[in-house]
Amino acid sequence: MLTILFDGIAYGMVLFVLGCGLSVTMGLMNFVNLAHGAFAMLGGYVAVLAMQRLGLPFLASLPLAFLAAALVGIVLERLIYRPMYAKSHLDQVMFSIGLVFMAVAGTDWLMGSTQQFIRLPVWLQGRFEVAGIGIGRYRLFVIAICGLLAVSLQWGFTRTRFGSRLRAAVDDARVARGLGIPVSRLFALTFALGSGLAGLGGALGVELMGLDPSFPLKFMIYFLIVVTVGGTSSITGPFFAAMLLGVADVVGKYLVPQVGAFIIYALMVVLLITRPHGLFARARA
Amino acid sequence: MSAPAFETRVRQSLYAGRRWHPAEIAFWLLAGAACLLFPRQSLLLNEIAILALFALSLDLILGFAGIVSLGHAAFLGTGAYAAGLLAKHVTADPLAGLGVGMAAAGLLGLVTSPLVLRGTDLTRLMITLGVALILYELANSFGGLTGGADGLQGIMMGPVLGLFDFDIFGRTAYLYSLSVLFVLFLVARRVTNSPFGLSLRAIRDNPLRASASGVPNGKRLAAAYALAAAYAGAAGALLAQTTQFVSLDVLDFHRSADLTLVLIIGGAGYLYGGLIGAVAFKLLQDAIATFTPQYWMFWIGLFLVLFVLGGREIIHGAIKTVAGRFARLGKGAAR
Repeated sequence: MLTILFDGIAYGMVLFVLGCGLSVTMGLMNFVNLAHGAFAMLGGYVAVLAMQRLGLPFLASLPLAFLAAALVGIVLERLIYRPMYAKSHLDQVMFSIGLVFMAVAGTDWLMGSTQQFIRLPVWLQGRFEVAGIGIGRYRLFVIAICGLLAVSLQWGFTRTRFGSRLRAAVDDARVARGLGIPVSRLFALTFALGSGLAGLGGALGVELMGLDPSFPLKFMIYFLIVVTVGGTSSITGPFFAAMLLGVADVVGKYLVPQVGAFIIYALMVVLLITRPHGLFARARA
Repeated sequence: MSAPAFETRVRQSLYAGRRWHPAEIAFWLLAGAACLLFPRQSLLLNEIAILALFALSLDLILGFAGIVSLGHAAFLGTGAYAAGLLAKHVTADPLAGLGVGMAAAGLLGLVTSPLVLRGTDLTRLMITLGVALILYELANSFGGLTGGADGLQGIMMGPVLGLFDFDIFGRTAYLYSLSVLFVLFLVARRVTNSPFGLSLRAIRDNPLRASASGVPNGKRLAAAYALAAAYAGAAGALLAQTTQFVSLDVLDFHRSADLTLVLIIGGAGYLYGGLIGAVAFKLLQDAIATFTPQYWMFWIGLFLVLFVLGGREIIHGAIKTVAGRFARLGKGAAR
């Protein structure tokens, strides 16, 4: 049982890294970017290719995944995302779904529709037992990395100048702009960071979630749950939402496999109905 | 302005909206003649008619009531499975199946409307999406009833009205779908040009003001949502009956996404948008599918992106010019 819980936490950690970028961009520009999963997929494929074709070690392929996704993110933000900010939510949704479709079909064309695998280094394979709990080495590694990321993001968000500017812009972009905060540059940076994190999450998640061209569609709903349930005004909100989702999903699939993904969708609908502004929404004036 | 004078003016504008324009008559005559003009394309025409009905359904809530939805496939699937199961286990009469499909989907719409009608656009998008995904999972898990991933097979349909058998070329299918589309279109046209339709538009444009002037927002939106759901259910029932097969695909997310593209192409809020969009979309899909069957999703995505980025105005400008020319022709004929 505790082993399942442990797996759920690892899964939730990856979901957090995948989804936190989306929550910040959504909070900052009120932009619904369903194509976030495409950046994650990009990261995953970059990692896979770096290991298979270039023969890079696993650890070196992770930052590469981050950089590639961040770079593509910043270019796309400059070129095609920017005109979308002023449009309606429906337009934004359609636009980003279009991007997802293109990403899915394009990846299928380039890479084929087969599932991709990563060969983990030996020291990350297998599992060991601590007090009767089976702990997968890779899952422990994932939890360590993502935990570290979460702590540093939280620190950056609350303690640094960049973070306080970002929070000001999220709270009220117009006033922040009026105070001389370069909101649009801030946003480009955040978008790149968010995309990069998605790419990193995608690379880390290959082993846990699998990777094929339909990845952005399959996991779109997960990111959205993390964001809508966690709210967009903090790092901790999405973090706990991701944990909850990861544990609920893994436990549900272990215990009642025939119900499948049903549990998390029901969970999302119930949460959205009872807390329409997120699990940890702050009261806004 | 005194109250009675105002009432007369509103009444007159509603009547004016109900009047038939020559271009509309031409449109429906052309649709009816299509199966004579393109006898080999009846199957495609049938698909167009069904998609048009489905798009009409989304137009009712999106264009007139302003409810955004990413899960309209939920109702299409409900209608399809209801009609399919009825035909398999109870009666092979198509009209009974159509009625049951509409009722089932309408009921689902009514039940889920309290969930959808709260919160912002974003919450609505998520909840509609969530409802559709839940239904997909349900249909997948209850394989004994729905056939699961293999689909619901072995549906045999009786003749329409006891007279017209479904043939393999799809001619009966197309005429049947087109008649249903036409009748439901007439109903939709009447509903949108009624005080009820007017109040929906008021809610869409300014909910606060609408409720301040005495419109019961929640109930009106729920009614519109259920009506649109029933329309989508009808489209699903037609799909199940004319293809004699229901698969999980009817509940798939891409159905909802394609549908929104159809409305984006045709434009929302004037009923014909969905129909024109459906024609354009299916022809486009057909054309793309012939030269690149595997990757047509890419092109659909590209069209979506381009449309939203600014191509929409160009298309709608062109449609308006053509419509304007038709209007002048119509006036010339009347004189």
